[in-house]
Amino acid sequence: MAVELDFAAVLTQWPILLKGMGWTLGLTVVSAILGVLLGTACAWVRTQGRSWGRTLVATYVELIRNTPFIVQLFFIFFGLPSLGLRLSPEWSSVIAMVINLGAYSAEIVRAGIQATPAGQIEAALSLALTRMQTFIYVVLPPAFERIWPALVSQIIIVMLGSAVCGQISTEELSFAANLIQSRNFRAFEAFLVATGAYLLLSVVTRSLLNWAGPRFLFGRRRG
Amino acid sequence: MVEFSLWDIFSNLLLAARWTVALSLIAFVGGGLVGLGLLVARTLPLKWLQIAVAGYVQVFQGTPLLMQLFLAYFGLALLGWETSAWTSAALALTLYSSAFLVEIWHGCVRAVPKGQWEAAQSLALSFGEQLRHVILPQALRIAVAPTVGFLVQVVKGTALASVIGFIELTKAGTMITNATFKPFLVYGCVALLYFLICYPISLYARSLEGKLHVRRT
Amino acid sequence: MSDALKPAAVAIEGLRKSFGSNEVLKGIDLQVQPGEVIAIIGKSGSGKSTLLRCINGLETFDQGRLEVQGQVLSHSKPGAMRALRQEVGMIFQSFNLFPHLSAGRNVKLAPGLVKQTPGPQLDAQARALLARVGLADKFDAYPDQLSGGQQQRVAIARALAMSPSILLCDEITSALDPELVGEVLAVVETLAQEGMTLLMVTHEMNFARKVSDRVVFMHQGRIHEQGPPQTLFVQPQTPELRQFLSSLT
Repeated sequence: MAVELDFAAVLTQWPILLKGMGWTLGLTVVSAILGVLLGTACAWVRTQGRSWGRTLVATYVELIRNTPFIVQLFFIFFGLPSLGLRLSPEWSSVIAMVINLGAYSAEIVRAGIQATPAGQIEAALSLALTRMQTFIYVVLPPAFERIWPALVSQIIIVMLGSAVCGQISTEELSFAANLIQSRNFRAFEAFLVATGAYLLLSVVTRSLLNWAGPRFLFGRRRG
Repeated sequence: MVEFSLWDIFSNLLLAARWTVALSLIAFVGGGLVGLGLLVARTLPLKWLQIAVAGYVQVFQGTPLLMQLFLAYFGLALLGWETSAWTSAALALTLYSSAFLVEIWHGCVRAVPKGQWEAAQSLALSFGEQLRHVILPQALRIAVAPTVGFLVQVVKGTALASVIGFIELTKAGTMITNATFKPFLVYGCVALLYFLICYPISLYARSLEGKLHVRRT
Repeated sequence: MSDALKPAAVAIEGLRKSFGSNEVLKGIDLQVQPGEVIAIIGKSGSGKSTLLRCINGLETFDQGRLEVQGQVLSHSKPGAMRALRQEVGMIFQSFNLFPHLSAGRNVKLAPGLVKQTPGPQLDAQARALLARVGLADKFDAYPDQLSGGQQQRVAIARALAMSPSILLCDEITSALDPELVGEVLAVVETLAQEGMTLLMVTHEMNFARKVSDRVVFMHQGRIHEQGPPQTLFVQPQTPELRQFLSSLT
């Protein structure tokens, strides 16, 4: 049986695809920044905080890591309004992605922090730095350098997971593909092109992060 | 207006959870078998085969599972084969699992010290014998914990099958929400059920990691 | 101003410290005058480093009293501990330079954050300090580009940036290749001559003999013998010290 594929019908809709790609990239960048911040704060609590804080963070991490992202998203978008908190699809997506990334990066950052040689902290304390100053200026930069590959991979995973956000009408890439195929019924071609676009986005995001990390986070500063 | 009790909701979700477990096991076992074949291909000293498998892994790890599910669903339809959500989901999740498992297992084979290969070679064992008697048993030991850990990923992955219409826990949650108008409660229960399935597996994987004293890089 | 009215730089009374069931410091009494250079010698395990680390609070102690510049040490007050650490600087055996910062940035970090010195002044201070330890041209170099001796000298400049009145040196040349020891000791000697109060745990006996005002020999957690280097090295009173000194040759 001959299979007729019509990619042209999909590719002529490239503005829609491009907009979707832009949204996916935007969601990812915002979630990456906020998610890693959240994860770092959680890692700090887990290593330095009091026992109730540690338990809270541990519970949060286990809850997120043992439930599917789609359920977390639906809970936020569909569930919270019955508590009076109605969020737009875009905000729900960002918040869900941040909470999700936060849990995974908490563990990744924690591993990086715990690998800090004790002498570094002793030197910082001997120079009269506060614990917070020691954490930010002495512990974190080398820790980020150590964990960067793992953290980048996790951010990519969240980016790929964001495909589900189209289900609540966030206008990202999978939504764009769905929109296209609903018009021209070229479902397979539309999703294949979108998949290729996701691959491209993975590569672009990875390069972007591998440029940004060393520049802003690893602390290699002269002068 | 029909009032639904908590038990009504929960029991329906539990019934649907059976399908989550069933799909997870099929994908995990199926993926494991395919992955094993891919692992052998990956370790054979044939450059093009190694690149092909590496490419296969890159595709499945670099694209959303949701897209893979859609492609399976619409792809099978294009080929004129009967598409049920079941077959598409099983196919997509099996291939997805195979890619991740071969990557995990290949990492474990690489983690076996090079000296073991050299010792086996010096004992005049053929490549197949080296793998079977020396390398794979050791790689297996290292592989148990991360493989069990990956099962959690598969279970979570089945939730996406709801998008192509497969009636498992998440889809049941959506349907029950539409009937009861209690999304907070229903999705809360859905999350709880996933947690009850996945958390023990995660704990088990962690205890295995501790027992076998291996840290995977 | 009469010296007798100035408080001792460091006053230690009855200091005891155990690690679990192992008592490492068994009652230390020590007074260090401002400007004094003390060399602490002894076998490994005698408690030398632990004593040093008690003085800047890196180790807590179980019993006794420790006063630095007239202030009693209290571990429960982080503000007091930070004030103490501005007075007391420490140089470590393994340098502990911050690998992600250049030499200049290593020196600038603490005064910038703690004393909030403004930028240009901070820069000038750091350059002057690095020049003082003979590394003016290494301002932008990273620790992994420096030799051990250079790294240790940067560490000294970094500690000096906080203008401490007391410097603790914990075997600062033990991790160095022999040919690099001299450049570090030269810097320390200059500091001693400039009147810095120094407490050095060291194995460099010749250096101790040359530079220190007093040598303290520790044995099994106690100060076993102490005195000026001229008498201590030449006429050791106790058999343990005699044995220790002969084991070094």
